Amino acid sequence: MDVLESSVPESILWDDWHAIAEWETVAGMGRLGTVLFGRPLVVTLDGEGVMVAHAGGGALPGRLKYGYVWTCLGTPQRDIIDFPEAAETDRYVAPAGSIGIAVSGLRAVENFLDLAHLPFVHRGSLGDASVTEVPDYTVTVADDGVTVTDVRAYQPVASPTATEEMLVDYRYDVLRPYTVALRKTNPIQRSRFDALALMVQPVNEERCVLHMLDLYLKEGDRDESAREFTRFIQSQDKPILENQKPRRLPLDPRAEIPVRSDASSLAYRRWLRRHGVRYGAVPENKP
Amino acid sequence: MIEFYDYHLSSDCYKVRLFLNMIKLEYTRREVEFYPRREHRSEWFLRINPRGELPVLVDNGTIVQDAQEILLYLARTYDASGTWYPREDALLVGQVSMWLSFADALSQTSGAARLHDGFLYDHIDVDTCRSGAHELLRVLDEHLWFAEQQDCSWICERADPTVADIACFPDVMLAEEGGISLLNYRAIRRWTDRIKQLPGFILMPGIFDGVPA
Repeated sequence: MDVLESSVPESILWDDWHAIAEWETVAGMGRLGTVLFGRPLVVTLDGEGVMVAHAGGGALPGRLKYGYVWTCLGTPQRDIIDFPEAAETDRYVAPAGSIGIAVSGLRAVENFLDLAHLPFVHRGSLGDASVTEVPDYTVTVADDGVTVTDVRAYQPVASPTATEEMLVDYRYDVLRPYTVALRKTNPIQRSRFDALALMVQPVNEERCVLHMLDLYLKEGDRDESAREFTRFIQSQDKPILENQKPRRLPLDPRAEIPVRSDASSLAYRRWLRRHGVRYGAVPENKP
Repeated sequence: MIEFYDYHLSSDCYKVRLFLNMIKLEYTRREVEFYPRREHRSEWFLRINPRGELPVLVDNGTIVQDAQEILLYLARTYDASGTWYPREDALLVGQVSMWLSFADALSQTSGAARLHDGFLYDHIDVDTCRSGAHELLRVLDEHLWFAEQQDCSWICERADPTVADIACFPDVMLAEEGGISLLNYRAIRRWTDRIKQLPGFILMPGIFDGVPA
């Protein structure tokens, strides 16, 4: 076990639930190995439920929610996150796909919040190369999270059900350090929002798995098209994230030079600093 | 009809897609979700390939497995120019075979390191894979440098590229995703730039447009 694998993260990360696999993958394989905070884990079927254990033995709590298997290495201080949309019967609640990325999970969250990369990295789908300006938006940092509102983005293909380009209203809620909910205008029912959640599984301080949960309105949507869409978007983000140096997220305000459109990222970094998060980060350089 | 069982992030699948595009062959793509769902181990896919490995090409019912074998099959069957797999010269046939097995070795080192870093293949000894990949890259870099001195741009001693170039390209180009830097392999980088200029070249996630050398 190298240095990367043995450090213990802060309680806000360690004592929380994390999505570690899709239920359907475990059901298909019967047994699945994975890694959380550098600890190798094994997920096995247990009747209708799951068992999670350390690879070397030692049971861990295992839960099923939203089609994902969740576990906690420490002592859970709060329940698995609740997405209110999951209770609405005209929505899919479906795992949309996962991808492994050799970068800190915090970097992956920051990228998800970044509006400026859309026209470049997701040209032709989530952004238009000729519309690169990011209009000002509102950011609120509270103790329990970061909220990004009043976002408007012009998107050629905003979601799997989009049939034409549209101006999309966005709202991000950073609910936990590795969990962000995104609400965006549904292409058919324009007064309602599709919801999706990014849940990052920290493999170690410099590797992670992105799990995407779709809470899309069913109208016009097919489960598989949503999965293809996520696959396409995630595969564009992967090489960009893997080229970010350092792989950990710098939390020192002087580490990188921000521009106006980076407000969401700055707020996220500030919030992580406030909670003393160091795992997967380059901590603040205090004089 | 050609059906191609593909995974969009696989280097072995990409080399077949790349070649299909270069020889302008139409096909139907079937995505097999290698990660996270491990569909290559699923019952339906094991009926197509009992070894549970991608890629697989099905040409009017004939099943061809293994990336290198698929390249050879396509070149033998569909390459009207005959340049991709020249068979008139016994020595050259041997060269192509050698470099196809070199491509296999790249897959087992550079490709494996990439599976470790990006796809949670934690049982892989990544340090051994990385040093093995560097040994191969040194060999390839030197080979390409000497070829350039003979005014040859490609892996085999031909005016045109062969399937050997296509077979080796993806696991070289994606090496950095497995933590293997290409910085010191200058002849390799000139060669990858030349491949990116070939007619019919296509990208995959992690492989970017080339800047001419």
